[in-house]
Amino acid sequence: MDDQMTSQNFISQKREGCVKIRKSPSFPLYQRATKGGFGSVLTALLILSGPAVAFAASGDNAFTPTNIFVPFSTPAHAIYQNASLVLTICAAIFLVVGGLLAYSIFRFRRRPEHENLEPPQVYGSNQIELAWTVIPILIVIVITLATTRTIYDVQGALPPPGTVNVTVVGHQWWWEIRYPDLGIVTANELHVPVTESGNRRPTFLKLESADVAHSFWVPQLAGKTDLIPNRRNQMWIEPTQPGTYVGNCAEYCGLQHARMLLRVVAHAPNDFQNWVAAQKQPPVDDPQLRAGRDAFFSTSCINCHVIKGTRANGQFGPDLTHLMSRETIGAGVVPNTAENLRAWVRDPQHIKPGALMPNMQLSDAELDQVVVYLASLK
Amino acid sequence: MSTQEIALSPPPEISLPLTARLHDLVLTVDHKKLGLMYIVTALIFLVIAGLMAFTIRMQLLVPNNTLVPPDVFNRLFTMHGTTMVFFVGMPLIAGLMNYLVPLMIGARDMAFPRLNAFGYWMTLFGGMLLYFSYLAAPGLAGAGSAPDVGWFAYAPLTGRAFSRGHSTDYWILGLLVSGIGSSASALNVIVTIVTMRCKGMTFIRMPLFVWMVLVVSGMILLAMPPLSAAQIMLLLDRFLGAHFFDTQAGGSAVLWQHFFWLFGHPEVYILIIPAFACASEIIPVFSRKPIFGYPAMVAATMLIGLISVGVWAHHMFSVGMTAMSNTFFVASTLLVGVPTGIKIFNWLGTLYGGQISFEPPMVFCLGFLFQFLIAGLTGVMLGAAPFNWQLTDSYFVVAHFHYTLVGGFVFMIFAAIYYWYPKATGRMLSKNLGLWHFWLFLIGFHLTFDPQHIAGILGMPRRIYTYDPGRGWEIYNMISSLGAFFQVLGVSCLVVNLLRSLRNGAIAGSDPWDAWTLEWSTSSPPPEYNFETLPEVRSRRPLWDLKHPEDPDWKYE
Repeated sequence: MDDQMTSQNFISQKREGCVKIRKSPSFPLYQRATKGGFGSVLTALLILSGPAVAFAASGDNAFTPTNIFVPFSTPAHAIYQNASLVLTICAAIFLVVGGLLAYSIFRFRRRPEHENLEPPQVYGSNQIELAWTVIPILIVIVITLATTRTIYDVQGALPPPGTVNVTVVGHQWWWEIRYPDLGIVTANELHVPVTESGNRRPTFLKLESADVAHSFWVPQLAGKTDLIPNRRNQMWIEPTQPGTYVGNCAEYCGLQHARMLLRVVAHAPNDFQNWVAAQKQPPVDDPQLRAGRDAFFSTSCINCHVIKGTRANGQFGPDLTHLMSRETIGAGVVPNTAENLRAWVRDPQHIKPGALMPNMQLSDAELDQVVVYLASLK
Repeated sequence: MSTQEIALSPPPEISLPLTARLHDLVLTVDHKKLGLMYIVTALIFLVIAGLMAFTIRMQLLVPNNTLVPPDVFNRLFTMHGTTMVFFVGMPLIAGLMNYLVPLMIGARDMAFPRLNAFGYWMTLFGGMLLYFSYLAAPGLAGAGSAPDVGWFAYAPLTGRAFSRGHSTDYWILGLLVSGIGSSASALNVIVTIVTMRCKGMTFIRMPLFVWMVLVVSGMILLAMPPLSAAQIMLLLDRFLGAHFFDTQAGGSAVLWQHFFWLFGHPEVYILIIPAFACASEIIPVFSRKPIFGYPAMVAATMLIGLISVGVWAHHMFSVGMTAMSNTFFVASTLLVGVPTGIKIFNWLGTLYGGQISFEPPMVFCLGFLFQFLIAGLTGVMLGAAPFNWQLTDSYFVVAHFHYTLVGGFVFMIFAAIYYWYPKATGRMLSKNLGLWHFWLFLIGFHLTFDPQHIAGILGMPRRIYTYDPGRGWEIYNMISSLGAFFQVLGVSCLVVNLLRSLRNGAIAGSDPWDAWTLEWSTSSPPPEYNFETLPEVRSRRPLWDLKHPEDPDWKYE
């Protein structure tokens, strides 16, 4: 009975929480686009040309946190320019060919006076065939050349000095994020510096997978690249504005593919240094938290999780050393609040059915102790 | 010719008892019966997989919906995709080819009638094997059930470690069995077309439908082996501990993708070219003009067939290929746009200067032309690798391929049903109900799939069972889901029309559309032997010559 009540409460909390998220500055779901530019025009055109004219008028949908036409990173911008060219050419072709089709259908409809009369029988024309073969070939050449250039711009980029190197490992259904040069390991939230004029700080990502194929997609920062087991892929991002950019796993990876969210936090260079310094701190060993600590270390939590400087050194789940520095739990399922953390530790299956973290069957007392301890991992 | 007499007599009543008729269906080797059996089977699967799609849309109607749990959702989209491609698309093509090719080339049956029956039963049994997984994978009793690995079943999600139980095995075996059926049917069509054309029907006088399904059959023979081979390798992995795709033991996940798309991309052309084939028959008849640029159409079809085997990796731009490979596949992919464009222009040339009448077959063709134009252009966008890095595996791709396969293929299948139903049954379908079907389905189609382009541009990945509010996807998903209701209503009109017209439709006569190809020269439905005397043709439009002896086509060709 009690259990049911709590679970219902939890769900309603979760819903409300999500609505709140949009407005709360402490948990920014997205970097709001302030300058729309060509991207917003394109998006507005797309939306207007779609069936949702009425809804577009309300305005809010035009700039979403993951709109590919509002890029905030060098490779995403290169893609956006190529995409704009291709989209413009395609729109022009649609207007011409679609217009001709509509005209022909209207102009040459059968009329009553046609009764029993067949129109002139025309079999074709080599000149016309030649024209509508050559023109498309020219268009194909233009698009191919422009596209090739963008491919080499994005794929051929070399890391400049000042590059941050990160290894991202996909897991069912969360992201392991390692900074080999800095000795930092975290999960689900990638922190990077922004590039400012004269100071390029791109982040190069090595992509690997621990189980099945995943795909790293933060639309405003770059196109997607897959994380494939037994293969090393690479991509790069170079945010130009501080903020939080959200994304998803984009390759179907099993049961909870939908709940494998991703966020990239881009900091001003100094803020990034502060973040790095904080992450390098060992966890505080507060004697007041001994009870919780002991409870944690007496369970099999430590078989899957790492807390640096302790004997928790499991490699299967996310590193918890600085758990509370992260904005979400369960790869973006719920905000990382004390209540949510408690609900998650009590039964992850309730929040994310199928997640590979089992219900540890802790008693209420143990649960309180463990959560207090975890909450101290800032 | 005694076409007039035959035209006016009503179709013979079927008077045999039900068991005898069923017995006849099991034993038959008649290409027309097998063709209709293929089509009816496919339409039943279409309804099943369509209802799955409807459930998917209802789950995505609002954010954080809990109508179906994640595991059920994943099975739904896997079974929806697999069914639509292998047990709706393929049997519809096989059915149309089987029914129409001998009639169009003036033959009495297919070259290998018993192989033909074998092909049908393999397809049906393959489908039954796939659906048996709901009961036995272990379904009712245990944890597993139908396959949940997606219709392209990427490794290593299909490996023993990640796909326990036998659902993936049912997926493999069902498709292997039906693949044998498709190959048998394709081989039969090729041999029939090459060897059994009537007197005077040279290759260059064949109806375009026949040309196009000839190319499609060749493509089926090329495309099926990579899939079957990969599936056998996967079976070896799963049962005998081979390591082709087992990444934990040094296997390659990308290898599966190459094999699959080496089948998968020709496959989507295999589905769409028969739609082109139907359009190339129907548009001329309802424009009252011969097809514009027949030789160009034939050449374009062969080019599409040829290029289609060299574009597969455009499904894999995000797997981390080299810039050189990406560039190659961009070029080859965009190149397919050229012959495809030629086709659209030739249909346009056929409409131009014609007398267009808006009968149900034609309105579906016109819908197809616009929708396929858009599908082709979104295909160009997806073909540009950098744009593809953003769009692939998003709802934009979902919108794109539903534009080709629903807006293109399914619309043309509906057109074909309205066009040839009178030939197959001797009765006309109701025009009124047909137009209701068209408008409801058209509105439903656009409501469902247009907003999905935008959802994809706004970053919505495909195959997610739910989503949080706040990313601008809500309204597009809601419109998309509402469109599903219209589609269901539209298809209901078709089902009612098909069943009701069987008894109550107007008598069709042998040539209700005043058409020009040979199938309209025999009675409706045609006798078992098709033609009393085998016809002889002198041009591409033998019935035009017959109706216009003063101005026959053969003077100009």
